Amino acid sequence: MENSGLVRFENVGLRYGLGPEVLRDLTFRIEPNSFQFLTGPSGAGKTTLLRLLFLSLRPTRGLITQFGHDVATLSKDAIATLRRRIGIVFQDFRLLDHMSTYENVALPLRVMGRPEDSYREEVIELLSWVGLGERMWALPPVLSGGEKQRAAIARAVIARPQLLLADEPTGNVDPALGQRLLRLFVELNKSGTSVVIATHDIALMDQYDARRLVLHDGRLHVYD
Amino acid sequence: MIELARAETAGPRVVAVPGPPPRTNTALVPRNSIAGRALIAIVAIMTFLASLTTGAVILVSHTASEWQSDVAREVTIQIIPAAGRDAEADVARAASIADHFPGIEAVQAYTREESTKLLEPWLGTGLSLTDLPVPRLIVLKLSRDAAPDLTRLRTLLAGQVPGAVLDDHRGWIDRMRAMSSTAIGIGIAILLLVIAATALSVSFATRGAMATNKTVIEVLHFVGAKNAFIARNFQRHFLLLGLEGGAIGGGAAMLLFLLAAGLSRWFSTSAGGQQTSALFGSFSLGLTGYAAVLFQVLLIAGVTAWTSRQTVNRTLETID
Repeated sequence: MENSGLVRFENVGLRYGLGPEVLRDLTFRIEPNSFQFLTGPSGAGKTTLLRLLFLSLRPTRGLITQFGHDVATLSKDAIATLRRRIGIVFQDFRLLDHMSTYENVALPLRVMGRPEDSYREEVIELLSWVGLGERMWALPPVLSGGEKQRAAIARAVIARPQLLLADEPTGNVDPALGQRLLRLFVELNKSGTSVVIATHDIALMDQYDARRLVLHDGRLHVYD
Repeated sequence: MIELARAETAGPRVVAVPGPPPRTNTALVPRNSIAGRALIAIVAIMTFLASLTTGAVILVSHTASEWQSDVAREVTIQIIPAAGRDAEADVARAASIADHFPGIEAVQAYTREESTKLLEPWLGTGLSLTDLPVPRLIVLKLSRDAAPDLTRLRTLLAGQVPGAVLDDHRGWIDRMRAMSSTAIGIGIAILLLVIAATALSVSFATRGAMATNKTVIEVLHFVGAKNAFIARNFQRHFLLLGLEGGAIGGGAAMLLFLLAAGLSRWFSTSAGGQQTSALFGSFSLGLTGYAAVLFQVLLIAGVTAWTSRQTVNRTLETID
């Protein structure tokens, strides 16, 4: 794992069906404790690359190694187990409307089979930390866009993932909240989580000096 | 994370935590959704119809076999009056032979008046039949345990009572057997069609209800739930929905049969009640009938659970 980092892509290509390759010859690594922005014009394949990183897509060619495992050789159960070491924040939040904010955030711990009393304090503290302490029993339909965003982020980080992926995490919030969310990601990174933020918000990227992965025409350009 | 929270606050800190958590362990699959309630209604209706069909087939089958067994347990000796013979003596002689014959449980010889009365529906009342050679009947009830040797009895009668004819109702039984077999066959065919329609409609309704849960499947998948865990949760949820709908439909059908059986007993003394009971029996399904309805409820709930599992697996296939 020391040699391959958290994630290693070697000449990875991806096409949907018989169509043209949407991602071509991607070769890069994501190191432990690293912070990077993934950017590029709309339709450049940022979400597709995030899905590859999240193991919900398999490449049509090339090699992807995550946490020291060649993902092509992993069973579905092994992928599910590996996915527990990755947190993801979706652009559309994907919160479950029939569960309270508390339950949504606790979901990754619940599916691991942990009893509720073992994580209650942890979840309540995280919710307070992201400013949702008073909204923890509210259902998602009554949360504002920013509250949903923070709940989605809290859910992604509750299991202390080694890799955090966020798809346009500031797309639905005002600049002030965007800054606060960025601070949250930076703090998570300082505590040992590698962070990949997919965004085309130049202002956000200018606020923090980090590595940039730029997708253009299906190819990746890395700016350290 | 706790250390992080102490190091820096990204949002307003909330010190006071509200009282006991009101929702900490909500079912992963949403309950009480509109689609879920619609599925319960469909399962209930289809189970009710399937249970009615099953009950009807069982009733027809019971009644037909009762008819057959009643008729098959009876044979008749017919004494045709002949010139120069004493009909009363022939009847007495034939009755005595039958009475002492092994395998005969009861002998009932019809008197001349009784035999004449049997013709009344065709010939009307008030007609003097004294001069007509009205055949005399002796009805023999056969024993359930040991079937009598009817060929030997026929030979005995032919030898000792000329003009006595033994009728074992073979032709009538054969026709009745053919008729009841056809009725039961048609009933089973209808039952199979109803069960197939039930399985299909429940399966489609389950898929419809599952469509509203696609996000739940995706989110569980993305937070690291294993496929078997997701499928197990959905299967359990839909099994309960199926059992609830099945219990409503099957229970209503059972109640209906119990009510019909009670009413049938209540009206059994009236002429109409007797006729209905002769045609359809007592409307009592018996333990086997109720067990069949119960099995149907479990089968339909099983179909619901199995379909949900298949749909979850298919959805998971499309996610990755």
